[in-house]
Amino acid sequence: MTALQVSVWRGGANGRLQRYEVPRYSSQTVLDVVTHIQRRLDPSLAYRYACRVGMCGSCAMTVNGVPRWTCRTHVDKVANDGRLELRPLRNLPVIRDLVADMRSFFDKWERAKGHFAGAATKADDFARVAPDSPARHAADAGIECIGCGVCYAACDVVSWNPDYLGPAALNRAWTLVADVRDAKTVERLRAIAGDAGCHACHTHLSCTERCPKHLSPTASIAGLKRAVTKAALEGKL
Amino acid sequence: MSARSDTLLWIAQRASAALLALCVTVHLFTIVYAVRGGLSAAEIFARTRGSAGWFAFYTVFVIAVAVHAPIGLRPVLTEWLGWRGRTREWFVAAFGVLLAWLGMRAVLTVFG
Repeated sequence: MTALQVSVWRGGANGRLQRYEVPRYSSQTVLDVVTHIQRRLDPSLAYRYACRVGMCGSCAMTVNGVPRWTCRTHVDKVANDGRLELRPLRNLPVIRDLVADMRSFFDKWERAKGHFAGAATKADDFARVAPDSPARHAADAGIECIGCGVCYAACDVVSWNPDYLGPAALNRAWTLVADVRDAKTVERLRAIAGDAGCHACHTHLSCTERCPKHLSPTASIAGLKRAVTKAALEGKL
Repeated sequence: MSARSDTLLWIAQRASAALLALCVTVHLFTIVYAVRGGLSAAEIFARTRGSAGWFAFYTVFVIAVAVHAPIGLRPVLTEWLGWRGRTREWFVAAFGVLLAWLGMRAVLTVFG
């Protein structure tokens, strides 16, 4: 059995990397490595996880410089030379060790009006949205987001312009704009247009490259740009 | 800036980019064609002076540059220098006027 050399961020924004040696196992995930450190080597290590199966989106960290979901990232794939460097997610304040403060990330979902607003009442029949309709396909393409923050950490525009809503909030807004039941499309488009919204995206595709669910926030943002342009030309903005 | 103003600026930048793609292509082909047998000021003036078509083409070119570049400069100033607000808008507007003035001065010299 070989050992992994693991450097882990300890402390807050002005912390430092601390080295640990972790036994190497087959089918070992990065989250397994962090859990080993916390349970066997250093119980004071702070990190976050819940489901361990790629559903909850809480275990994302920076692994060898790349934001990843750690519960589904196998050590085999990211540490060929037997070394791992683990840091908290970029573009978010560090609370402690590997735990980033996600408040600004989710506050931006609010700013992007990321909640459903329909017009139907309980007296109305169910909305019928054909599964193969273009609108349904457009919404489906972005709907599986688990809110892990990987895209947000991968986005250079967020690091340059902290007001920028970011790929996840814009992707969420797009799934609602593309929803035929949406009753507040214009308010939503007003919220996501402009310097801090969809127009700030440089189409670097880092979010699309890194999204563990293989979504394309870049495509969603392009959809928002089209929807905002149409609304502006029709005088609705 | 409001969502509407930002969106209209974005549309103006994309529309001017489409014009620039055409203008730059024509401009480059013209250069390659014009220098075939050597290049002289007299030859250039002979082709350009009094040519309404070329005058119109380069006027459109200059206007497209004066619209496109300042809008693109706005996020650069914000992302690199953290410059936002009204002073940034005045600066980029002045930059657009400067580009238009320099460009049209050259066009009027060559075609006038």
